[in-house]
Amino acid sequence: MSRACCSLPLLMVVLLSLSACGQPPWNNPYPASQSGENILYGAFTERPKHLDPVRSYSSNEYAFIAQVYEPPLQYHFLKRPYELVPLTAVALPEVRYLDANGAPLSADADPSQIAISEYLIEITPGIRYQPHPAFAKDEVGAYRYHQLDAKTVGRINTLADLPETGTRELIAEDYVYQIKRLATPWLHSPIAGLMGDHILGFKALSERIEAAAPAPVDGERLFFDLRQVAFDGAEVVDRYRYRIRLEGRYPQFVYWLAMPFFAPMPWEAEALYGQLGMKQNNLTLDWYPVGSGPFMLSENNPNLRMVLARNPNFHGEQYPAEGMPEDQAAGLLADAGKPLPFIDAAIYSLEKESIPYWNKFLQGFYDSSGISSDAFDQAVQFDAAGEAGLTDDMREQGIELVTAVQTSIWYMGFNMLDPLLGGDSERARLLRQALSIAVDFGEYVSIFANGRGVEGQGPIPPGIFGHREGEAGINPYVFDWRDGRALRKPLQEAKALLAEAGYANGRDPETGRPLTLYYEAMDAGPDGKARLNWMRKQFAKLGIELVVRATDYNRFQEKMREGTGQVFMWGWNADYPDPENFFFLLYGPNQKVEGGENAANYQNAEFDALFEQMKNMDDGPERQAVIDRMTEILRHDAPWSFGFFPQSFSLHHQWLKNVSPNLMANNTLKYRRLEPSIREQLRERWNPPALWPLGALVVILVVGAIPALVVARRRERSRARSDAR
Amino acid sequence: MSAYILRRLLYALPILIGVNLITFLLFFVVNSPDDMARMQLGDKRVTQEAIDTWKAEHGYDKPLLYNAEAGGLTSLTDTIFFEKSLKLFAFNFGQSDSGRDIGYDIRQRMWPSLAIAIPTLLVGLAISISYALMIVFFRATYIDFGSVVLLVAMMSISGLFYIIGGQFLIGKLFHLVPISGYDHGLEALKFLILPVVVGVVAGIGSSTRLYRTFFLEEINRDYVRTARAKGLRERAVLFRHVLRNALIPILTGVVAVLPLLFMGALIIESFFGVPGLGSYTIDAINRQDFSIVRAMVFLGSVLYIIGLIMTDISYTLVDPRVRLS
Repeated sequence: MSRACCSLPLLMVVLLSLSACGQPPWNNPYPASQSGENILYGAFTERPKHLDPVRSYSSNEYAFIAQVYEPPLQYHFLKRPYELVPLTAVALPEVRYLDANGAPLSADADPSQIAISEYLIEITPGIRYQPHPAFAKDEVGAYRYHQLDAKTVGRINTLADLPETGTRELIAEDYVYQIKRLATPWLHSPIAGLMGDHILGFKALSERIEAAAPAPVDGERLFFDLRQVAFDGAEVVDRYRYRIRLEGRYPQFVYWLAMPFFAPMPWEAEALYGQLGMKQNNLTLDWYPVGSGPFMLSENNPNLRMVLARNPNFHGEQYPAEGMPEDQAAGLLADAGKPLPFIDAAIYSLEKESIPYWNKFLQGFYDSSGISSDAFDQAVQFDAAGEAGLTDDMREQGIELVTAVQTSIWYMGFNMLDPLLGGDSERARLLRQALSIAVDFGEYVSIFANGRGVEGQGPIPPGIFGHREGEAGINPYVFDWRDGRALRKPLQEAKALLAEAGYANGRDPETGRPLTLYYEAMDAGPDGKARLNWMRKQFAKLGIELVVRATDYNRFQEKMREGTGQVFMWGWNADYPDPENFFFLLYGPNQKVEGGENAANYQNAEFDALFEQMKNMDDGPERQAVIDRMTEILRHDAPWSFGFFPQSFSLHHQWLKNVSPNLMANNTLKYRRLEPSIREQLRERWNPPALWPLGALVVILVVGAIPALVVARRRERSRARSDAR
Repeated sequence: MSAYILRRLLYALPILIGVNLITFLLFFVVNSPDDMARMQLGDKRVTQEAIDTWKAEHGYDKPLLYNAEAGGLTSLTDTIFFEKSLKLFAFNFGQSDSGRDIGYDIRQRMWPSLAIAIPTLLVGLAISISYALMIVFFRATYIDFGSVVLLVAMMSISGLFYIIGGQFLIGKLFHLVPISGYDHGLEALKFLILPVVVGVVAGIGSSTRLYRTFFLEEINRDYVRTARAKGLRERAVLFRHVLRNALIPILTGVVAVLPLLFMGALIIESFFGVPGLGSYTIDAINRQDFSIVRAMVFLGSVLYIIGLIMTDISYTLVDPRVRLS
């Protein structure tokens, strides 16, 4: 019996001895062979859905592919406001405007005269792709793996089953090829619709590809060489130059050139993956990227880990020598001019749950981490001035905090098609303004986001042109400027507005009952209950009854598309740092019911006209004046209560260098530098194995077993009782 | 026996069709094909045209269960339900909605699930049976009473508590094993210790109490009294006689769950970052990937039916009085 009792500790000892074969720390989740290596360790919480740059559109996907693929442009790592700089391009694109007859126009020509915008992009010669089987050739120069038979394809399960690799130089044709891929219907690029509105002949190209391509075989699209399809919208000028033609003027297009959508794609990759059976064996561009960037995806097992290894063919790049004035003091320019990348590899492990993620970060097994709500109080404290800082424990551990206001917004929208709340009547406008005052998003941020957010005064977040700080930037319909800061107007003012709208004390004059509004919520789960209760209370402050219609995100989206919601909360994350990317969310022709992104279905003729004007302007005082007017219109009409701009808080260990928040750039891994020796020392110091609990467990069981054994022995030796006696 | 097994397999067909139909209905009550397309294509800037193309490519552009436009039998066969279900019965799971080969993924991911499930089952059985025997040995004493209280307490605690507590104590506080993660080959051992220990401890309460009941049922039988009357020691009575007879319900219960070990443990795999079939299913539900959800539910049903058939067979093996007819 005692043997059985001891089986658990014995098992643990045996198993622990297995883990103890290596050097401490025993809880190191990485192989001992990686000890001291120049490897960055991170985590991802959700499997990236797409790694094909034609489809990828999420930050968790960009975290990987932006290190692999190189579009022609990138954002400067340190300069603010965000600034585009060449990546593979020699310089920023030359833009030429043409009228309807093809005659050149000056740069400041009237946008209505511009029929075509031509972007000429020259790429740097000598850039080479990562080693990849798609480029492997045999002795006679034929592609080794482009004509595989079905039997061979059937045996391939991973790219490693194709051992030979090759490379070739990056050329302009690869960029044009990728733009054609954006138009390819079966690749489902999320920006195909948008680009169809801008790139010349894009929609027609899409139709031509559909018509010319062979039909799928067993659900697989076989390789269709897009080089043979002519396209006026993007064409190769020579080996290193290509030209993109846009219809009219679209100055924001240049930002798209810094996104993976416009990264180069070698036709050889499609030729390899486009063979029959490849897709069935999970060999696709969605799984195995091919790029020229500083890293290549050497292991893609998104259910376990993803590994980015240094691309041996990387063309080289230097750490920026310029930055913001404070960057020098922060040590962010210490590596100026040094060759990139600094690290040899980055290993990202899947961590679905925040608790193990956080604990492994504290143990030193992840180099950086976000802060979940559960761990927030452990990591961050606010001083009297409201400034966020680290707790003593974090500081003692040498952890550093980096914060940044995100280029995104969470807003409360009012459906302008709603007969009660919407429209441009004075009554509805006053009601919306009153609600904008009553719903205190400062409190919301404090309660539900641990203070990680900045109350919105308009649609444009800080850091993007058009945003105004200080008194000039407040929303005067909702805030007052007092004691050097924006303070939400007192509730009495909201009540007065409500009374002016005809809803004194929040009562509907027709029924005499409290005015009832409907809130479309997407967080129907238990986590959302507190938020919804809070929202009810905000409306109740005005005597308004809020009926929450909680549903899942699918139904929520459906209501938005159909315009049947009344009040809702939604967010937007910027694609690029331009005010157009926020104002378009309120542009009339972009109404959600018409298939656009204007979820409030707001329409104002003056605003729309100003939007048309603003989007074609260069940054400067004139554009600022237009933006100010547009912001004023929105504040007055109040189709949104401007909610808040979320703030990102991230932590990193002292051995990770060059961490500067850049919310636009996704290819920042190449700038990170590590001090692995410090990491090794601290990991060992922080993780000494404690064996006493095992010993204690064994002792407890043995001590506990002794009386049991005694009782057992006594019982066995005792004589049988005589019932008769 | 062959006829019996064949009959049971035939009975399984309507069950599987029913399970498939219920899964289908439940899934499409919550999600429409448009929702699935949006989930795959993303929220931003997706057009209805792109959604329609996606649905057509993935076979979701047809009516769900009944095609009113088609005539005759085609009205039933030219539907999403029929086309998506038929191949399942040939164990051709096809591709996930995101384009991955489901069969390949299942083959890859069943091993980590088994790596946790098998040791958890075996170690758990050994400990629970031993502990239950010990309690029975000390029946009607304070050890028995205290153990039952302890077991009830252990049963009452949420599995999540064991996971978080185990990670905190063994991984975070004592630094003995990694808190979470997984690897291949021998490197996997250090990652398996914690989930196996947690799985075993979490299961001790309920299983030991169940086995204690089995043993107590046997302990007052005539053959036990006879064994004692022969002068056998209590230990010998327990191990040679009581254990053997009580093993019948224990083993048949274990046999029933054996096939389901493939399916993995949903929460444990998620918390410990183990890339098994449990987390595969959870991920698919979260991603609204109907192809995977349907395949996993179907597979689970098949394995459950196999488990029940194996249970019946195992009865005949361990108890000669039972005959399958």
